Amino acid sequence: MIAHSIFFYFFSLIAIVSAIMVTASRNTVHSVFFLILDFISISCLFIMIGAEFLGMIMLIVYVGAVAVLFLFVVMMLNVAQQKNEWFSSEKNSTHIPIGLLVSLIIFLELIVVVGGWKHKPEILNSSTLAISKEITNTHLIGNILYTDYIHLFQISGMILLVAMIGAIILTFKKRDGLKRQSYLKQISRERAEGVEVIKVKNKEGIKFDV
Amino acid sequence: MELKDKMIEYLFIFFNQTYKILLLLVPVLVSVAMIVWLDRRVWAFVQKRRGPNVVGPFGLLQSLADALKYIFKEIIVPASSNKIIFILAPVITMTLALISWAVIPFSDSFVIANINVGILYIFAVSSLGVYGIIMGGWASNSKYPFLGAIRSAAQMVSYEVSIGVIIINVLLCVGSLNLSDIVKAQENMWFIIPLFPMFVVFFISALAETNRPPFDLPEAEAELVAGYQTEYSGMMYAMFWLGEYANILLMCSLGSILFLGGWLSPIDLYPFTIIPAPLWFIFKILILFILFALVKAIVPRYRYDQLMRLGWKIFLPFSLLWVVITSSYLFYFDLLPGN
Repeated sequence: MIAHSIFFYFFSLIAIVSAIMVTASRNTVHSVFFLILDFISISCLFIMIGAEFLGMIMLIVYVGAVAVLFLFVVMMLNVAQQKNEWFSSEKNSTHIPIGLLVSLIIFLELIVVVGGWKHKPEILNSSTLAISKEITNTHLIGNILYTDYIHLFQISGMILLVAMIGAIILTFKKRDGLKRQSYLKQISRERAEGVEVIKVKNKEGIKFDV
Repeated sequence: MELKDKMIEYLFIFFNQTYKILLLLVPVLVSVAMIVWLDRRVWAFVQKRRGPNVVGPFGLLQSLADALKYIFKEIIVPASSNKIIFILAPVITMTLALISWAVIPFSDSFVIANINVGILYIFAVSSLGVYGIIMGGWASNSKYPFLGAIRSAAQMVSYEVSIGVIIINVLLCVGSLNLSDIVKAQENMWFIIPLFPMFVVFFISALAETNRPPFDLPEAEAELVAGYQTEYSGMMYAMFWLGEYANILLMCSLGSILFLGGWLSPIDLYPFTIIPAPLWFIFKILILFILFALVKAIVPRYRYDQLMRLGWKIFLPFSLLWVVITSSYLFYFDLLPGN
């Protein structure tokens, strides 16, 4: 049990420190790397409470795909050298009220959650949840997700699909003058239409219409 | 007194596990060195050359000589690079290549961590592998490494998708994410027989995932010098190189676990069963690796748009179609596991 709590505090310390560093570090690429560290330590916490499936999916989806795209965008925009001047420059000061509002709302939500937990511990006590040792939690999640919540699951998939199509349509530009490679055309070319043998008369030469 | 007993117990577990890990990692590292030699020999054999044959018998010690050279070379860190990330990148590549071996089962009993989500663990760790390359390419602060890193990020993310769908195909037939269970499910028939098209797609995707030719665009020497490795030298280059080949071995072992029945012998009869299980597993890994090496010698490099087209427009729809076919077949004939 001691080892368990040592690991818990180790991972949560890393998670909190790296979450602070995401906003505090001046280099944007460093922020993304701290975000990745945060995701990894949170997935370790998931594994510690016995939810190994969620932990691994967290790693695959957020670290393996989403954060790679973040990194991609940040590196391509070349904002690495940008100074963190949110509070010093006058141009950006309009962002501060909105940011404060959002953080206030999140803070209130946290108070509601933590307060409810303190008031009635049995409501949100995750440690007393019966996690079965016989059935793996992959099976348990599958059993719930594909029976009781199948419609919600399908609808969320449809929403993601619509969002993806929307993003593609917004950025898609039809460009003219592009030469596209057509494999069928290339393969189905015959010798007769590609090559023509011409007898050239001596001292006359030939003219091509290209 | 109780505390002392507990300490001794903890220490015992610690040393026991360390012993097991060393017993696995040292052979893996040695076989990485040997496999580089094999790769070069096969490559040379196809091109009617001799390959490395000077150092030691048949040139077997060539990789060790190379490693010695790398160790004694000076490590040069470019002045304008981001130093911490520059040094971290090869370390991450090699660590990630080695930690996946923890869940690979060599026989019924020899596996370090027999976890429930073994296949997801390998998938997660291999999807983390792209960070070593991106970090190396970005921190070098130079054109060619950066281009190589961007290319490999897009390439590895694309081919992970099709590998994931192929793994779903196998999991539908097994009903468990545990690697030992996946092997045990193949006792009657290896999955290469019913899922042969998926094996071919898996093999090609594994080539792309490990940046092997014909998909070695991140380090295409004709265009990008050496891609993300351009600025690296000495031991740091060697670590990239070790990580890369350890990843290739891992992909070969994953292929043999998913499709070739892992440690199982091909026929459950007397002369085949004398050979111990881990040897069968190593034998299958070697066969897959020789295929990897042959492809390197035979096939020319893909163009980048062809690579993306193959990944997204051919492999992804094809493997999705096979998920539908596999699951409907299993459902129709009532063969679904776990019922």
